Amino acid sequence: MSAFLEYLGSYWDFLTQRGPNGELTFDVLGAFWVNIQLTFWSGLLALLIGVVVVAMRISPIASLRITATAYTNIFRDIPLTAVILMMWLVVWTQLGVTFGGKMITDFFILAVVGLGLYHGSFMAEALRSGVNTVPLGQAEAARAIGLTFMQSARMIVLPQAFRGAVAPIGNTLIALIKNTTVASVGGVSIETSSVMSGMIEFGPQFIFLVFLTFALGYVVIVIPVGMLSTHLSHKLAVKR
Amino acid sequence: MSENNVPDTGEVAVALYDVQKWFGDLHVLKDINLSVKRGEVMVVIGPSGSGKSTLCRAINRLEPIDSGRIELGGVPLPAEGKELALLRAEVGMVFQSFNLFAHKTILDNVTLGPIKVRKFAPSVAREEGLALLERVGIRNQADKLPAQLSGGQQQRAAIARALAMHPKLMLFDEPTSALDPEMINEVLDVMTDLAQSGMTMIVVTHEMGFARRVANRVVFMSDGEILEEAKPDEFFTNPVTDRAKEFLAKILQH
Repeated sequence: MSAFLEYLGSYWDFLTQRGPNGELTFDVLGAFWVNIQLTFWSGLLALLIGVVVVAMRISPIASLRITATAYTNIFRDIPLTAVILMMWLVVWTQLGVTFGGKMITDFFILAVVGLGLYHGSFMAEALRSGVNTVPLGQAEAARAIGLTFMQSARMIVLPQAFRGAVAPIGNTLIALIKNTTVASVGGVSIETSSVMSGMIEFGPQFIFLVFLTFALGYVVIVIPVGMLSTHLSHKLAVKR
Repeated sequence: MSENNVPDTGEVAVALYDVQKWFGDLHVLKDINLSVKRGEVMVVIGPSGSGKSTLCRAINRLEPIDSGRIELGGVPLPAEGKELALLRAEVGMVFQSFNLFAHKTILDNVTLGPIKVRKFAPSVAREEGLALLERVGIRNQADKLPAQLSGGQQQRAAIARALAMHPKLMLFDEPTSALDPEMINEVLDVMTDLAQSGMTMIVVTHEMGFARRVANRVVFMSDGEILEEAKPDEFFTNPVTDRAKEFLAKILQH
């Protein structure tokens, strides 16, 4: 028992060790904060893309529908690792797209774009499942009182679609939270999976506890999101 | 002027010329020629699948037609777009399944069109909306959601929503077919009042009593064709075609 406590104690020392300038060697909380920021910005982008794409998919204009369907299928089918790698190796390295700041800022922004593009396809599909919960008669009634397609989509169909899609949107968000760790292959070396790799490299004797630390961290973040999404999906459901 | 006489103002509200419509191989509207005068109440009856709902929906282009011409007040129906939207605003539509906006309150259902399409000030639209709800007898339900109302109340709200647009013409697509029997009359009463106020109405219905009492003209459709067009008394007492006789025998024997 005491040997185990001693082992835990030495893990704690390992976890909280500081470098010569007083900074944490393994900034675990800082790393989680990076992933939360990645989640926030790419989630916002994905939702925006999802709304635009789903509006295109229900539009009366065939070319918009085809474009939206193509986007959804392409980004849903490419592995996320490939998307993020492309953002780094193709967009940043080859095309030379930068944002003027530090390299890590470039990588962060490109990772957000990659994550947003990838999850945007899932958000669009989640919203499309929500659109399918809205009876056709709602759009017909909207057209019958003289609303244009855009007005009908914005005021009648999409608000109800959103409320019918809370659960699948929540699922996509949960997947996104964990998928932000793939940003490590796009050069975002300060996020959780990068820090975790470093910790395993320098403290292989703690490998199990290191895994446990990060696993617990994600569970703590994801549980409230899941609970909130279940709660909201009931609360917001449109009564028919 | 007796009740069943068409007020002869000479003005044509709706006219259909040689209208054809197919659903795949099914010819659902065959050579439809029809005109409705301003102030006229026209009831369309016929067996299910006869094309009467399609006819009703074609008039505000919820169903596009394959050939022929439809004119509202002498103006041909425009193609899909802003112009069509404006024209639809002039035509009130009441659906079998009510189709109230499920996420909006009854009052918001009624004021949405006036505010967003007619650009009324919200306070004006609200006042007028409440007056319309009063007129159809559900003012006390104004702040509820559609799902909280009975079918009859929902359909009356739907009528108020259509009236709020100040339509020149009202289309009713089997407005009482989804209602429990005890709620049918409250909706028919509202429609009767509306007819008496001079509204031009095209009503697809199975309510023969309503047709007899309120219609200026009855149109009998079967298999996509207009087989008879007559004043209600004439039609119900002396149907000409076998198809109409058969239909009336089936529905009037109870």
